[in-house]
Amino acid sequence: MMTILLPTILLAPLFGAILCGFAHRVLGERIAIIIATTILCVTAALSWWVFTQFSGETITIRLFRFFDSGSMSADWSIRLDRLTSIMLVVVTTVSSLVHLYSFGYMHADPQWKEHESYRPRFFAYLSFFTFAMLALVTSDNLVQLFVGWEGVGVASYLLIGFYYRKPTANAAAIKAFIVNRIGDFGLALGFFVLFLMTDSIQYSEIFAAAESLAVTQIDFLWMQVNAAELAAILLFIGACGKSAQLFLHTWLPDAMEGPTPVSALIHAATMVTAGVFLVCRFSPLFEFAPTALVVVTVVGASTAFFAATVGLVQNDIKRVIAYSTCSQLGYMFAAAGVGVYQAAMFHLFTHAFFKALLFLGAGSVIHAMHHEQDMRNYGHLRRKIPLTFWTMLIGTLAITGVGIPLTHIGFAGFLSKDAVIESTFAAQSEAGNFAFWLLISAALMTSFYSWRLIFMTFFGEARGNQKTHDQAHESPMTMLVPIILLAVGAIGAGMIWYDPFFGKTVTEWFGESIFIGVGNEVLEAAHHVPKAVKIAPFVAMALGFLIAWLFYIQSPSLPKRLSESQRPLYLFLLNKWYFDEIYDFLFVRPAKWTGRLLWKRGDLYVIDGVLHAVVLGLVPYLTRLSRRFQSGFLFHYAFVMVAGTILLMATVLILGGAGR
Amino acid sequence: MFTPLGAAVTMMLLLRGDDEQAQHNVKILTLTATLATFLISLLVFVEFNPSRPDFQLVEEAAWLFGLLYKVGIDGISILFVLLTTFLMPVTVLACWQVKHRVKEFMAALLVLECFMIGVFCSLDLVLFYLFFEAGLIPMFLIIGIWGGTEKIYASFKFFLYTLLGSILMLIAMIALWLMSGTSDITALMAVDVPSETIRVLGFSVIGGVQTMMWLAFFASFAVKLPMWPVHTWLPDAHVQAPTGGSVILAAILLKMGGYGFLRFSLPIFPIASEILAPFVMGLSVIAIIYTSLVALMQEDMKKLIAYSSVAHMGFVTLGIFSVNKQGIDGAIFQMISHGFISAALFLAIGVIYDRQKTRAIADFGGLVVRMPIYACVFIFFTLANVGLPGTSGFVGEFLTLAGAFQVSTWLTVLAATGVILSACYALWLARRVVFGDLIKESLAEIVDMSPREIVVVLPLVAMTLILGLYPSLVTDIIDVSVNHLIMHITQSQQAVMIK
Repeated sequence: MMTILLPTILLAPLFGAILCGFAHRVLGERIAIIIATTILCVTAALSWWVFTQFSGETITIRLFRFFDSGSMSADWSIRLDRLTSIMLVVVTTVSSLVHLYSFGYMHADPQWKEHESYRPRFFAYLSFFTFAMLALVTSDNLVQLFVGWEGVGVASYLLIGFYYRKPTANAAAIKAFIVNRIGDFGLALGFFVLFLMTDSIQYSEIFAAAESLAVTQIDFLWMQVNAAELAAILLFIGACGKSAQLFLHTWLPDAMEGPTPVSALIHAATMVTAGVFLVCRFSPLFEFAPTALVVVTVVGASTAFFAATVGLVQNDIKRVIAYSTCSQLGYMFAAAGVGVYQAAMFHLFTHAFFKALLFLGAGSVIHAMHHEQDMRNYGHLRRKIPLTFWTMLIGTLAITGVGIPLTHIGFAGFLSKDAVIESTFAAQSEAGNFAFWLLISAALMTSFYSWRLIFMTFFGEARGNQKTHDQAHESPMTMLVPIILLAVGAIGAGMIWYDPFFGKTVTEWFGESIFIGVGNEVLEAAHHVPKAVKIAPFVAMALGFLIAWLFYIQSPSLPKRLSESQRPLYLFLLNKWYFDEIYDFLFVRPAKWTGRLLWKRGDLYVIDGVLHAVVLGLVPYLTRLSRRFQSGFLFHYAFVMVAGTILLMATVLILGGAGR
Repeated sequence: MFTPLGAAVTMMLLLRGDDEQAQHNVKILTLTATLATFLISLLVFVEFNPSRPDFQLVEEAAWLFGLLYKVGIDGISILFVLLTTFLMPVTVLACWQVKHRVKEFMAALLVLECFMIGVFCSLDLVLFYLFFEAGLIPMFLIIGIWGGTEKIYASFKFFLYTLLGSILMLIAMIALWLMSGTSDITALMAVDVPSETIRVLGFSVIGGVQTMMWLAFFASFAVKLPMWPVHTWLPDAHVQAPTGGSVILAAILLKMGGYGFLRFSLPIFPIASEILAPFVMGLSVIAIIYTSLVALMQEDMKKLIAYSSVAHMGFVTLGIFSVNKQGIDGAIFQMISHGFISAALFLAIGVIYDRQKTRAIADFGGLVVRMPIYACVFIFFTLANVGLPGTSGFVGEFLTLAGAFQVSTWLTVLAATGVILSACYALWLARRVVFGDLIKESLAEIVDMSPREIVVVLPLVAMTLILGLYPSLVTDIIDVSVNHLIMHITQSQQAVMIK
């Protein structure tokens, strides 16, 4: 059964993309996008079936040959284990809902002129993205993983730059691609290390060899390092690029230039979690690389903290959510870093629901407000768009982690985020403690900026253009249905799947898909942390809510006063810690400057200069030739030249031969 | 193998006098001839048995002055022959709109094809040299007669550069022949060229005669490929060459250099190759980074792609001189793949050059608005050029880097930055040319690709995708030959070690 089902799940979106992208002229726009959406919905249904029926035994299906160069060989294939089945559900569910949502959202987009056909292209990209993402998660070897990895990058590039008339969208698209490429650079090097050490690019063989890697040294650049550590850190660089972790995060906020459904699908629920998936998938390797795990924890926790601080002051509704995504991804990495991959996957799973919900909700607000995205021009919208308001409220309750402390009852984020925080505490290591404190403070800030978003958008007075406010209207059903479905997930996903992901049945459920090293008992310890630790995230959340309420409901003049009294800090946060400016100064400009220097000075001056000097001796000869050239005897000249060469060769050879 | 070409050439020469008006006929004839050649090469391919390591379908004949005419193919050369014959009909079709001296142009193309196939099939040193050099002439003419405004400068630069490189090779060839008494390449492989350290002009040369000869061959191939720092002829030649010329230049002529390394430098001078491999790999890495940075700042589209070609050829030399399975497989794959991708990119530039008579990046922008099909093609090949997995561009880069990594982590890390830089210049180009809003007055009436233009690029799109998704197609053909080559090299190196 699975042998038919899985290839169908994988290839159907590709088929949809091709059909939609190339056949829409024949089929008609509407039919093309309906087909693409239907295909995705069927795929999602099949994925859920696989998810619930899957036994836990790893299944590998070979499709056809792909790569073959000596020992570097791989097939196009599908590997189904627990991790894959989780990702299948996440990807296809969000994707199908986003397809559906885009029906309404992309209808009559003001970015386009009357006659322009843009919707089939949009749906084709979405479907293509889904295919690439599925190829990534179902891979059983490094190269196919890389294909999916860069494939989603391209889909992201195309979709961010979807509004190709906007210069900002184009710039953001390129930035996303290039920053991702820097991550891919690390990833590829990691693959080379693995291939060099294990002589294989198959997961199964690499995982089997991981233990021996841990005791092998490798010469890398000027250092001699542990092979497992090196490979793990290089892979993590790749993960940082895709999952927008610190130093490679700059592309994600800019990626908000893409249409909002794209932000929900790619830049919240699926693609950006690929890095987390990668670390979990390579748990057999990371478990033998303790230093790399410390790096993962520290970077993850720092990102969670950093992104939350920036999120505090942003005014663009989508950017707030983007930084929130960045921050939540940091949580996942922190959990993986302390060796509780299950908690990372749990948070990944629940996050997909509530973050997609928040984005689609934001899209609904933006749709209602005629593509206004600045929250300073919102306010008092809860009566105009009540359904959007209630669902976004659910999303906020989920992301901030509302639930009843010390029980397993609460919104999705309550269970998964607490699992992450408890895990970091339970690790009882320096990195774990560092992460614990950062994550707790990030939880406070998460709560603040999430409620700030709700208050600024739906409460208070209507600000900005009055006419826009008057015309604000609830979105069509095609948009609301996906939002409501996601809201159901945001409420229940945590409670329903707590046991398999983090509770009693966790070890059997994940089976061999996640490898836990000997002596790693953090998961078990996480259930026995002190009560104070279990309550801490809840307190942080409540505190964040209170401050937000104080700032934006109780005394709305307070934020302004505070930003004026703490101007440097405010600007520092508003400008995102000046990462873009620093990178521009450090990398972009020197690259351009060097390029120009090498071209003008290196090529045209030094190299050509030397050449011309050499040729100078031949100038009389040259001028004679060029005179000939212009008089049109070129053919004569050329054939004389051939004959001459042959004659010369022949003479030399014959003489040479005779001489022997 | 050469009969159809010979016939085509003769026909062209015959047609020369009488059929002045019917330019159309000439084109049709050329197209038929190139298509026929392609079919024949396919037949040859069917007859070819990729599981044998030696040369196959060898033809031998005595030739003038007692020289030997010997041709044949192995797994490596058959690929290049196929690449050539595949691209020729495409090129001919792309040059449909040449108005000026059509017959001569087409004749030059056919002669060029003949020489190029000759290079890839020759099993005799002299024959190889003749084809290798003779190929210069039609190309020189194509640039010199049908080129742009500064065609004279460009064509002479092209000609002199490559000729100067070749003279050294010629000398080495003669020396080699005097030493071994044969010019048969297969026989030469078995010849043990002395590699004891010798003193020349007060310098002691490690690897001795081998190193000297290797360097002489290297001079020629490095210019042809081209490698840094002898690459400056390429951007000029490309800019001035007509579209068809650029296509052949980038897609096939450059590959002769890489082919030369595989056919001569490695098997005949294994010791020198080992000694000088770090040097070549160093140059390759410089080429990759240097030319990528230079490409970033170009204002002329063709120059940008030309510099990008140099960077891609850097991967080829990097792979070849890693002397391992992945490296050499990757280098060959990269050459084949670059043949399709660069050809397509130059064709794409040709399409808009035909319409606007300019190649300056600043003169375009927002083409997607009026030319959606064109934009699609352009973006596809831009991404392929960047080495996107799923296209053939990826496989070559990935394999060469994997090969090089086994030799030096430093060089690989540096070379891999080229992958980032290529994304920078290629996407930036796409953004400035294709994306954005169409606001320039001059572009207001620009029309999308014609059916002929679409037919021209479609085979290239197909090949790029097929090779990207099913690379085994190529690696299966070269597998045995490459293994044989590597075995040969390691054996000769070991033999010397024992001595």
